[in-house]
Amino acid sequence: MPVIRTQQSVEKMQPGQQLDVICTDPGARHDIPAWCRVNGHRVIEIVENRGEIRIAIEIGDGD
Amino acid sequence: MTETSQRKAVALVSGGLDSMLAVKLILEQGIHVEGINFFTGFCVEGHTHAIRKRDQKKGPKRNNALWVAEQLGIRLHIVEVVEEYKDVVLNPRHGYGANMNPCLDCKGFMVKKAHEWMLERGFDFIITGEVMGQRPKSQRKETLPVVAEESGAGDKLLRPLCAKLLAPTHPEREGWVDRERLLDFSGRSRKPQMALAARFGFDDYAQPAGGCCFLTDSQYAVKLADLWQARGEREYDLDDIMLLKVGRHLRPRANFKLIIGREEGENNFLEGYRSQFIHLRTLSHRGPLVLVDGKPGADDLTLAARLAARFSQGRDAEKVSVEIQQPGLEPQQLEVSPLSASDIPKGWYL
Repeated sequence: MPVIRTQQSVEKMQPGQQLDVICTDPGARHDIPAWCRVNGHRVIEIVENRGEIRIAIEIGDGD
Repeated sequence: MTETSQRKAVALVSGGLDSMLAVKLILEQGIHVEGINFFTGFCVEGHTHAIRKRDQKKGPKRNNALWVAEQLGIRLHIVEVVEEYKDVVLNPRHGYGANMNPCLDCKGFMVKKAHEWMLERGFDFIITGEVMGQRPKSQRKETLPVVAEESGAGDKLLRPLCAKLLAPTHPEREGWVDRERLLDFSGRSRKPQMALAARFGFDDYAQPAGGCCFLTDSQYAVKLADLWQARGEREYDLDDIMLLKVGRHLRPRANFKLIIGREEGENNFLEGYRSQFIHLRTLSHRGPLVLVDGKPGADDLTLAARLAARFSQGRDAEKVSVEIQQPGLEPQQLEVSPLSASDIPKGWYL
């Protein structure tokens, strides 16, 4: 689900903007970076703290 | 579109080997391909494998659809269809397979959605990794045309792996795709696909014939049927179907069910649902998080506490202290004797 919510948010954003994803799904730490690579966006940073995962994404030219 | 414009295909990408090969075949013919993957809520992929600690220790569990897209250098669009998919699950025109799997309706639904996407985005045709004769419901010689027709995609639906066994499609007739370079795979053997993968240099891929949908799983189907029976209606939401994938499910009485975390990863996952359910945890001994689904009375909660104690490290203790938290109320603490294994009828297990 975090990947889907990320995709839905990114669709409404412009290249150069930053999206911060916050979730607890452990799969997201790999799935969201993979989704970014596939769709032309850049992961700025991933921070994990007590089960919470924060992923900062820079929107690329992608779609 | 001018005649020299590159043609564009949208590919149903499950993450399995067949869709990976189908995409590769079409990419090699100079077609621009983008992948589409549908999230129904019943997917085996991804999060359930990422939940359990033992699976996390094996290394990161990849999302195979994303991985395939990355290997092939194509974009992947993941489309959430949980709500729309309910009609497929609840009212399949073509019925169910061995369990709760409405495979033929499912494939028709996904191709229909891909067709809608194709039209919205100005793409030219759809490809899938279907192979005639490979799956017993949706990939028979008689049912492949049903999918094409009922989805609305018609002859805009191309199956590169078995195209030579089917009537030529629109992209073939138009010369966008060379039919001679398509294939005639059929049957249940995966050897042709694995040989093709080797030819393409793919030495890593999702295991062929792996189940991709919980609806094909007999235990899951039992739990889903139980959910409907307990609620008196065939309905569900996303949380329902996610929770059915996790934990040990016991129904001691018709009016309530317990979802018991089996290990740390599952307990962490269930924590996310804590505020929505009555939940129990053992205080005197280490134990699972237990969610209570239904309408338990006071007696039921005592039974639930004894079951929670049973599945804790206090299972052999004389007394176990259990906290019961009902939403909106102060926590309640009980001292209970754990049920013994022989006190738990097999029929309680779902």
